[in-house]
Amino acid sequence: MTATASNLDLYAEVTRSEASLRRFLHGLPGVDQVGADARAAGLGTRSIKTSAKVYALDLAIRMVDLTTLEGQDTPGKVRALASKAMRPDPADPSCPQVAAVCVYPDMVATAKETLDSSGVHVAAVATAFPSGRAALDIKLADTRDAVEAGADEIDMVIDRGAFLSGRYQQVFDEIVAVKQACARSNGESAHLKVIFETGELQTYDNVRRASWLAMMAGADFIKTSTGKVQPAATLPVTLIMLEAVRDFREQTGTMIGVKPAGGIRTAKDAIKYLVMVNEIAGPDWLDPDWFRFGASTLLNELLMQRTKMTTGRYSGPDYFTLD
Amino acid sequence: MGSPFEYAPAPESRSIVDIKPSYGLFVNGEFVDGHGKSFKTISPATEEVLAEVAEADEADVDAAVKAARKAYDKVWSKMPGRERAKYLYRIARIIQERSRELAVLESLDNGKPIKESRDVDVPIVAAHFFYYAGWADKLAYAMPHSAGRGSDPQPLGVAAQVIPWNFPLLMLAWKIAPALACGNTVVLKPAETTPLTALLFAEICQQADLPPGVVNIVTGAGGTGQALVSHPGVDKVAFTGSTEVGKAIARAVAGTDKKVTLELGGKAANIVFDDAPLNQAVEGIVNGIFFNQGHVCCAGSRLLVQESVAEELLAKLKRRMSTLRVGDPLDKNTDIGAINSAEQLARIRELSDIGEAEGAGRWSPECELPQHGFWFPPTLFTGVSQAHRIAREEIFGPVLSVLTFRTPSEAVEKANNTPYGLSAGVWTEKGSRILSMANQLRAGVVWANTFNKFDPTSPFGGFKESGYGREGGRHGLEAYLR
Repeated sequence: MTATASNLDLYAEVTRSEASLRRFLHGLPGVDQVGADARAAGLGTRSIKTSAKVYALDLAIRMVDLTTLEGQDTPGKVRALASKAMRPDPADPSCPQVAAVCVYPDMVATAKETLDSSGVHVAAVATAFPSGRAALDIKLADTRDAVEAGADEIDMVIDRGAFLSGRYQQVFDEIVAVKQACARSNGESAHLKVIFETGELQTYDNVRRASWLAMMAGADFIKTSTGKVQPAATLPVTLIMLEAVRDFREQTGTMIGVKPAGGIRTAKDAIKYLVMVNEIAGPDWLDPDWFRFGASTLLNELLMQRTKMTTGRYSGPDYFTLD
Repeated sequence: MGSPFEYAPAPESRSIVDIKPSYGLFVNGEFVDGHGKSFKTISPATEEVLAEVAEADEADVDAAVKAARKAYDKVWSKMPGRERAKYLYRIARIIQERSRELAVLESLDNGKPIKESRDVDVPIVAAHFFYYAGWADKLAYAMPHSAGRGSDPQPLGVAAQVIPWNFPLLMLAWKIAPALACGNTVVLKPAETTPLTALLFAEICQQADLPPGVVNIVTGAGGTGQALVSHPGVDKVAFTGSTEVGKAIARAVAGTDKKVTLELGGKAANIVFDDAPLNQAVEGIVNGIFFNQGHVCCAGSRLLVQESVAEELLAKLKRRMSTLRVGDPLDKNTDIGAINSAEQLARIRELSDIGEAEGAGRWSPECELPQHGFWFPPTLFTGVSQAHRIAREEIFGPVLSVLTFRTPSEAVEKANNTPYGLSAGVWTEKGSRILSMANQLRAGVVWANTFNKFDPTSPFGGFKESGYGREGGRHGLEAYLR
């Protein structure tokens, strides 16, 4: 909290007005798309084998925000998912648990009940997820609702319409307000992840600006996508965000987390992301506190690879639990 | 920077390539013994002897030139372009099929990382043969309005080609593909430290049933090269290498009617303006000078950075350099491989020591270098001025000299203030500035917001002491036609 408060002070001049905010965001060094894509592809050719792969697979499992965000979600489904989160591989007690379960706000209580004191967090998508098209007070009520139900983490969406029409101040103020709504009565605060929906922001320049906007407004995490819009997370977009959190720490001393979400399905892809975390943001981010995967099917892929590393055999999907 | 994420070694297997204990010369479609003193080629990463290679003496060179002449007179110059094209397409496809073999052998003999030989060198080699295969039956369109020539350009005859050790197979492709497409035959001499992929290419010529004598490969050192370029039976000389040797070749062929193209040294300026995409510029700087251990004639060895962003950019550059992985060229995660030879390593050391003695600030990231072989850490020098030798002389190693400028005109003046003029880089988000800089820079290639990008369709060559003539693209045909 103190770090966030001081960051608000640090950038008080910048965030004072729409004009100064725009000047700052548009004054950030540009991103050359071809170069960024090439860098991400280059890191993707790293060859991660044997001991490095074992380390990466376990870390990736610990970083998963196991997600179900469907209209058809029921308490039964959420309880099943929560059990899976605590014991991803029932056959292997050495398998680590995932970081969090990510659900809609009305399912928070159910998830919390099952997860209890397991250490697995409950993340809730709030603020009129996924479109963010609602009045601010409704978004805030949505957030408070989830926090009161016991959510440890809030995944909010920004107003992409406001961002794309250049109303940066509005986006900034909303993040600040949601951050305040994350406060609990005991003085603590739910962690705030800010979703940009990079598939709608489209340009890397926009992704960089959104990253700085959210970090200055007090985000604990910046997150690529809702998973409801294509393209969702990509390596280059995550690269831009990792550069942003790295540069932000250099300026402020504050670390911000990064969460790519949606579209990461294979263990190989997950390892590519970890290589990028390692080489772009640095090894400090190689921790579930600072990097997450928003995913559902990814977990079983990681488990299958993990089993293959320990047993030398590759077994089929029937040997892993659905949820 | 210690990381819990230590990449385990991921070596590419060398069992794919079958290195013979000794190699002869490739003359008239066959491997024959050389009459010079055979020499050993080693892996610069381990100093392990890879093979013994024949040295061609004057008589061997003469035999190769005669074979090339015979093939030119009897077969190749008479063959319709569309038939020549078929051979070139076939060679290109075999190169693709045997790409892993070629990449492993290139990395073993040269010391370059497998990710570069695999992802850059060999694919561009195949692309060059495909590209020029396409030209072979369209030469009339290449130079439709040449004075006195009408629209029926003719080959020159026998081309003597001498190539360097930094891109052994790629330089071979740059030389052989356009020569053959135009109807010339060739005698090529690879560098003495890196002959193996050229000899494997000879096998590929056999595999492609290329008529004997169309491609001849003679191995050896400077003496062999000298015998080749001064041979009276040669119609065309093409050389890539140092400016010093290039001048000697120009002297040797002066007064003859041999056509010459020279692609020589460079001391390229990589110019970063304050409105540049800085993170990508850092990548471009790294790629510009540390690609292929800096053994690149067009390397961006002089970084010119606008003073207002110099500090920020250097901090980013140093952090990036700390993540470069130096080591085993065959490890797929290696970014920087071995220096090609003890001789080259000595030169890099000497010039770096001079840089330090002249007062420039030397910096390298912490990195462990292997015990055996030839290694030099990625290095940058700050506080360099135009008067320093490291700002003027080509180091041909992973050593970057950093200079600053205040205005665009100062950047142009400094960039052009060199006897060389092979390439330059401009980093800015402003399109109009890119165009104005490109017009003012005296360099054969100007890259904008990228560096060290090569494509067979794009001409490449130098200004001033960086040589003359162009290779690649339609322009590359002109050097092999009359």
